[in-house]
Amino acid sequence: MSTNYEDRPRGGGYDSDDDGDRRPMGGRGGGRRMHRRRVCRFCIDKVDLIDFKDVRLLQNYLPERGKILPRRISGNCATHQRMLAEAIKRARNIALLPYTTD
Amino acid sequence: MQTKRQYEVVFIVDPTADEEVSRLTEGFSQIITDQGGTVTKAETMGKRQLAYEIDHHKDGTFVLLEIEGTGAEIAELERRMRVNDRILRYLTVRVDEDRRRAEKLKDRRARKAAKRPQHGGQGSQGAHSGGPARRGPSMSEFAEASGE
Repeated sequence: MSTNYEDRPRGGGYDSDDDGDRRPMGGRGGGRRMHRRRVCRFCIDKVDLIDFKDVRLLQNYLPERGKILPRRISGNCATHQRMLAEAIKRARNIALLPYTTD
Repeated sequence: MQTKRQYEVVFIVDPTADEEVSRLTEGFSQIITDQGGTVTKAETMGKRQLAYEIDHHKDGTFVLLEIEGTGAEIAELERRMRVNDRILRYLTVRVDEDRRRAEKLKDRRARKAAKRPQHGGQGSQGAHSGGPARRGPSMSEFAEASGE
């Protein structure tokens, strides 16, 4: 099982990569972890409520395995990660999102 | 408990019973009103592929109800849905508390912004070009997604 979170698209519901501080992820497999400033997308977008019906948004935080992306990867703040996790769990219950993918 | 509670109820209808959807929705709305609640919104989100099979169904029709009431009508509604074979699944979420909280956060932010209108800007976050805030899923998005 390979859960390579770093390969996945990140960030919340954004199609434009507008953060200038993102450095190129060169050096394929080159050990050293890139230092990246972590920002909570939800804080930037001033999101107060994460809707469980917003599948498009939530899918950004579900890597291929279907697990919730940890906030050490996504950079979410604790508050928003909590809201996000809650929303994902609700969406799973109503079959909008998978519990597992294999 | 003076203020009414707000709920969002989403339920999935068996797609083979598609013509029944509106009838079911109306029936449930009737139950709510009979019990003293009000239905503030009722919309069909359309047929969508399920993320996993439920009773060997691969897709279903999603319906959203927004309900205001005391909670008693939710109990009755859920009981009815449980016994109905056409309803593959339902989910009730109480939203008034979260919405109030969101409102509060928004207020606080507004006050903060008013307090110091000249925000430093350069100090921490210069790069962000505030895109449009994301709204909830539109119905068209739902339909699009079902094709996947």
